[in-house]
Amino acid sequence: MRNKLFLALLMGTSVLGTAGGAFAQDATLTIESWRNDDLPIWQDKLIPAFEAANPGIKVTFAPSAPTEYNAALNAKLDAGSAGDLITCRPFDASLELFNKGHLGDLTDLAGMENFTDVAKSAWQTDDGKSTFCVPMASVIHGFIYNKDAFDQLGITPPATEEEFFAALEKIKADGNYIPMAMGTKDLWEAATMGYQNIGPNYWHGEEGRLALIKGEQKLTDPQWVGPFETLAKWKHYLGDGFEAQTYPDSQNLFTLGRAAIYPAGSWEISGFNTQAQFKMGAFPPPVKAAGDTCYISDHNDIGIGMNAKTKNPEAAKKFLSWVASPEFASIYANALPGFFSLSSTPVKMEDPLAQEFVSWRDKCKSTIRSTYQILSRGTPNLENETWVKSANVINGTETPQQAGEELQKGLDSWYKPAK
Amino acid sequence: MSTATHSPARTFAAHAVLIAYTAIALFPVLLIVINSFKSRNAIFRSPLALPTPENFDLIGYATVLKQGDFFLYFQNSLIVTVVSLFLVLLFGAMAAFALSEYRFKGNTLMGLYLALGIMIPIRLGTVAILQLMVASGLVNTLTALILVYTAQGLPLAVFILSEFMKQVSDDLKNAGRIDGLSEYRIFFRLVLPLVRPAMATVAVFTMIPIWNDLWFPLILAPSEETKTVTLGAQIFIGQYVTNWNAVLAALSLAILPVLVLYVIFSRQLIRGITSGAVK
Amino acid sequence: MVTETARSKSPIRWHIAVFLAPAVLIYTLVMILPLFGTLQLSLYRTIDGVRQFVGIDNFRTLFGDPRWSASFWNALGNNVWFFIIHMVVQNPIGIALAAILSHPKLRFAAFYRTAIFIPTVLSFVVVGFIWKLILSPLWGVAPWMMDLVGLKSWFTPWLGKEEYALTTLGLISVWQFVGIPMMLIYAALLSIPDEVIEAAEMDGITGMSQFWKIKLPLILPAIGIISILTFVGNFNAFDLIYSAQGAMAGPNYATDILGTFLYRTFFGFQLQLGDPNMGATIASMMFFIILAGVCVYLFAIQTRLRRYQF
Repeated sequence: MRNKLFLALLMGTSVLGTAGGAFAQDATLTIESWRNDDLPIWQDKLIPAFEAANPGIKVTFAPSAPTEYNAALNAKLDAGSAGDLITCRPFDASLELFNKGHLGDLTDLAGMENFTDVAKSAWQTDDGKSTFCVPMASVIHGFIYNKDAFDQLGITPPATEEEFFAALEKIKADGNYIPMAMGTKDLWEAATMGYQNIGPNYWHGEEGRLALIKGEQKLTDPQWVGPFETLAKWKHYLGDGFEAQTYPDSQNLFTLGRAAIYPAGSWEISGFNTQAQFKMGAFPPPVKAAGDTCYISDHNDIGIGMNAKTKNPEAAKKFLSWVASPEFASIYANALPGFFSLSSTPVKMEDPLAQEFVSWRDKCKSTIRSTYQILSRGTPNLENETWVKSANVINGTETPQQAGEELQKGLDSWYKPAK
Repeated sequence: MSTATHSPARTFAAHAVLIAYTAIALFPVLLIVINSFKSRNAIFRSPLALPTPENFDLIGYATVLKQGDFFLYFQNSLIVTVVSLFLVLLFGAMAAFALSEYRFKGNTLMGLYLALGIMIPIRLGTVAILQLMVASGLVNTLTALILVYTAQGLPLAVFILSEFMKQVSDDLKNAGRIDGLSEYRIFFRLVLPLVRPAMATVAVFTMIPIWNDLWFPLILAPSEETKTVTLGAQIFIGQYVTNWNAVLAALSLAILPVLVLYVIFSRQLIRGITSGAVK
Repeated sequence: MVTETARSKSPIRWHIAVFLAPAVLIYTLVMILPLFGTLQLSLYRTIDGVRQFVGIDNFRTLFGDPRWSASFWNALGNNVWFFIIHMVVQNPIGIALAAILSHPKLRFAAFYRTAIFIPTVLSFVVVGFIWKLILSPLWGVAPWMMDLVGLKSWFTPWLGKEEYALTTLGLISVWQFVGIPMMLIYAALLSIPDEVIEAAEMDGITGMSQFWKIKLPLILPAIGIISILTFVGNFNAFDLIYSAQGAMAGPNYATDILGTFLYRTFFGFQLQLGDPNMGATIASMMFFIILAGVCVYLFAIQTRLRRYQF
């Protein structure tokens, strides 16, 4: 009798639970993504544009929080309940999904010809034979500054490191602004906005990155410890209690006009545009001496692929081809200034700050984040350890040399460079 | 009662301690709710001030209510919590009664078996659970969540309830048996009412992790129709993390319904506890 | 239990099965089978895409490889400290509050009870976020409040300092969960029959000595339960650290406990890919630790506690 009650309860709840999931004749595609910030743009701009051109295909954008995305996605892929389209993290994380058979092979997808090999490199097998995600955007590192504050104090955007620290010193002496808005609480901020932002000038971009992969350079070499030494000096210019300052804290500190300089990724642009009440400018990571070649981190950040087990492979491919088209590139890049299209077709952007960032591509050499390709395939994970070490160095709990040594030791424990 | 236990100084001290602790418990919650009604600049400039007509601002709530169907999320959370709670209490009490009342082969073993679940976080079984739900077609239904939460709540319920059921007097049960009551009646009529305080305690224990769980809604039922309040709030906070107006409003919206529910429920809870104690 | 001899005339007592069946079925199907599916992963390893049985090799790696073992001992040590904080701060406060509240003539008891329990009903997402805001140097609520009592110089960004972060989180967790021991002890105190108390008062045992001599021994089983619940809860803890400090449990893994260590290993984090086999190994260790604790409780403590039937 109680079992009947139980059954009845179960049935009752399952009816309640499934009431929303009516089946439609049309193919419905679900996009898995960590970009929950972009939800309105997908709902209001991108999806309507696609659906208008492709009647019969419905698209749902279903993001989860960035911190849970990988774990949740992997669990859903393993169990077979993941969405049809998968937003791809660059390099090894997606490669692993492809190797496990979760991502479909898109090498021959119509539209792939719109991308250069460099753009595709983040989502290819090591031999470059198979591509499994359509490249969507890259992000560029640099510094965003409060133009009003700079004008007030008579500072011009610094080009060299010496000028950079002179500017910080001047802002600090004036006392009206916190010189730089960055915290170490969230760890990744220190590594991404700090180490990977200024690092390429030290290790000479691709040259150093590839040498590290080949084992010709070590993380204990001066060009890899150098950025840590500079970061250690940043400590004096950060706000009080930066050790407990989170990433959103830093953003608020800058957009409320309380800090003068923000070590940035270009993805901040659209958020800052709506929140900041002052004029903003940007400058690339300062070089050692005037006239040195500058290097910037122009990192392939986001792509989109197909769940190999999707029930609607045709519709999914149609959608992906559309993502590969110049039309998508133009809508996306303008809706989200700071996410730069990877398409070979040039995209016209309206936002001045985004234009400033992208203009560095012409005068500086581009590279990607040093830890992303190949070097983060083992345990301990180089990228994650770099987060911890960057924060330690800025907090002053570890010296730059120690940080470099420990990172190298961790890498040596599992990574054997191909000879 | 003797006057020694009720000297005014003692009473005063008791109230002082309780008031101090109440302040500690409530302050953070009040802080969030108060600030959710203020404009962005006021939040940062004077976090501890009450909202005034000049800086009163509902922009945060407007943002939240525009984005997600918080009412639906709330309803989902409520269904999941209440049904799981009911099943945990019923099945848990039944099993606890069997374990504490009857001597049978494997009793201790069964007790240990049922206690195993307290020791491993059920989160570890995620992939297998998800496979089970996919196989039975329960993904993106509230049933999936209810099943998981029922299983998750049972070990602790059995553990606590059997502890309390051992305290129920044997004479009473034997009297019932002599009167010809069946074992089922003894359980429902005699024993259950007597362990009401323990049931209320178990109810609270079980309810909190269910209501607040983020992980299983995210994995098993992330669709818009089945989202729970906690999941909705988490996604929302992730999305608007720099927009403190919206974040504070979302936090308040996630807190207030539970508070209301709890305040209503706590009367029942205390009544349950006290009525059980006064026999 | 005396009744059993009288009632064993029916050979199969179906009602026992009926009482046990629903709980055992759901529990086995949805919890035990998936969990053991996971735990057995600790005996396997995936080599070149093929799953192989490796016996206890993963455990050897966990304890033998200096990197793994350093992380494990760090997490275990932190976890023990987290537990100690709860035992010496949360449970005594909970018992004290319950003792004050259970006073029969106390006014506003219902209000206090309700208010003090409120943090417990909040979700970790909310609690983690609220305290991050309050302790945030940017918002300045904590420094301002410490200024009121003249302790401003004591303020440091606690959550960002290796030496304070874990203790701070432990206290936050105490703040959140003190209501649970309070409620359990409160229920136990209320169920002490009036006759017992009255008899004590006849003998002139009142006030504090009444609590120590009469009530405390009677509520010892309840204290036993909250201790073991605290133990199990703390060694399974994850959410608060995760929502306040992230999966990397910074700064420099100073707040890493077994739960966060397990999560990072099992599911992976950011570029770190999940390693279900090593994750399951850690999970098995957690299981053994908790099992050991529960056994100590069941066999060494619980059997010695006198239980009173009222």
